[in-house]
Amino acid sequence: MSALAGFGVLIRKELLESVRTFRLPIVVGLFAVVGIGSPLLARFTPEIVEALAGDMGIPVPTPTIEAAIDQLLKNVAQFGGLTAILLAMGSVAAEKERGTAALLLTKPVGRAAFLGAKVAALGLVLLTAVAVATVGGWIYTAILFETPSAGGFAGLGVLVWLSLFAYAAITFVASTLTRSALAAAGIGFVALVGLGIASAFPEVGRFLPPGLGEPARALALGGGAEVAVPVSAAVVLLVACLGVAWAAFRRQEL
Amino acid sequence: MTDGPIVRTIGLTKRYGPIVALDGLDLEVPRGVVFGLLGPNGAGKTTTIRLLTGLARPTAGRAEVAGVAAGPDTPELQRRIGYLDQDPRFYGWMRGRELLELVGQLHGLRGARLRGRVTETLARVGLSDAAERRIGGYSGGMRQRLGIGQAIVAEPELLILDEPVSSLDPEGRRDLLALVGELRASSTVVFSTHVLADVERVCDRVAILDQGRLVTDGPLDALLEEYAGPVYRLDPEPGQAAQVAALVAALDAADWVTTVVVDGGVVSVSVRDPAAGGRALLGAVVDAGVALVGFERQRPTLEDVFLRLVGRDRDEAAA
Repeated sequence: MSALAGFGVLIRKELLESVRTFRLPIVVGLFAVVGIGSPLLARFTPEIVEALAGDMGIPVPTPTIEAAIDQLLKNVAQFGGLTAILLAMGSVAAEKERGTAALLLTKPVGRAAFLGAKVAALGLVLLTAVAVATVGGWIYTAILFETPSAGGFAGLGVLVWLSLFAYAAITFVASTLTRSALAAAGIGFVALVGLGIASAFPEVGRFLPPGLGEPARALALGGGAEVAVPVSAAVVLLVACLGVAWAAFRRQEL
Repeated sequence: MTDGPIVRTIGLTKRYGPIVALDGLDLEVPRGVVFGLLGPNGAGKTTTIRLLTGLARPTAGRAEVAGVAAGPDTPELQRRIGYLDQDPRFYGWMRGRELLELVGQLHGLRGARLRGRVTETLARVGLSDAAERRIGGYSGGMRQRLGIGQAIVAEPELLILDEPVSSLDPEGRRDLLALVGELRASSTVVFSTHVLADVERVCDRVAILDQGRLVTDGPLDALLEEYAGPVYRLDPEPGQAAQVAALVAALDAADWVTTVVVDGGVVSVSVRDPAAGGRALLGAVVDAGVALVGFERQRPTLEDVFLRLVGRDRDEAAA
């Protein structure tokens, strides 16, 4: 178990760091705005367009619960993807750059524990943020449209979290391989865009993180969805990323 | 605990591309000593320390700490050491006390023992009053003292300090050296430094590195003795001009004396054989009827030895 030596202590440190550096409160606050703002935007789009367009008579469809959920998914996917990259970019690279990785890794700490604590904290921060966005979205959708399925919204939250965690994991690998947080962010951003483009092809898309969006929408609308393939693919991607990160980091010189 | 050396390196080599940072280092550090690692910039001191702490991997050879092979991802190794980097970096958002608690917990300390050790360590490094302040607001000297605190909080078998006095003011330096002296009782201390006077004050043994190679190592006293010149210094009591003149004349005539210099009333005598010369010299002093205030064999400073060895090493390398 020496590879995991120090895991419990380190995850507490990571979570404390998330709070003290305001990373957690800021991300949660922004996700709350996205979660609450999406159904609001969907509901008041006609009024906004009318106010801006004046007498031009631009036709706007009547807002529906589907539009609210689509808006939520789109906003969380775009904003959340970037946030996941920003959260993960400095996880390891910044610690190597600053020299704090050397401080910890000259203590009885397994490198797997060092990485594992960071990934777990990253996942928890994203989970908290997505949960707040999902709950906020559910409440405002219920107020402005109709009460959606709570279980379905929970499913949406889990799938959104998984897709964001996958982007974070890709950026995390880059952060482990490089000594620059900016380079890691660049790699994460290229992955975000590249996977978005690749997911336009349905046969490929359902194996990629963006492929989780369609089943998430179906679940939120109270219907059934085939989640086994996209969830399995996302989990495999996550595990592969963490495996690569560990294989590279365990022999790395600091 | 075994009786063997706490640090052993065998043919330890580290290359960075074409640069040989450390070249086949064979070194042993006995337990319970304060061990000075000396050398000019680029000598291989920090590379040696990075290999011992597992921050780097050797290109060839190996290093062991308390019988555990050194290398990355070896918590069994790190459990035995406390380490202070030459430029220690910390989490600015953390409080001083929290850092020591974190390190203590990583070393397995819990509860009252952890709290006790942390409080004691903060007092020992003079940071009790700043314990609840964020490290981001600490001065350079306070960070250095915190660095020492985190290295000693878990009472490691081996304490490795890389240039520990570099950013300390004279008072801080004096306190650190006193602390290192105290730690001798509980830990083995290896520290690298450029400040040779500090080494002379606290070290029992030294190793001198140059250009990645070990030039010499051994007990400090033996090293100073080995390189002591064959010169004796006589300090006669005042008011003996005639006796001293007679002594100088006798020494000038002796075949076991090479030179005699009188400067400010002090007589410096170079002899051919230090051991025999010392005895003969005392006989000559008695014969001349000179009363002495002082009689000593001149010992070199560590700086003299260092410059002589490193200079000679460079000359040989150039030849």
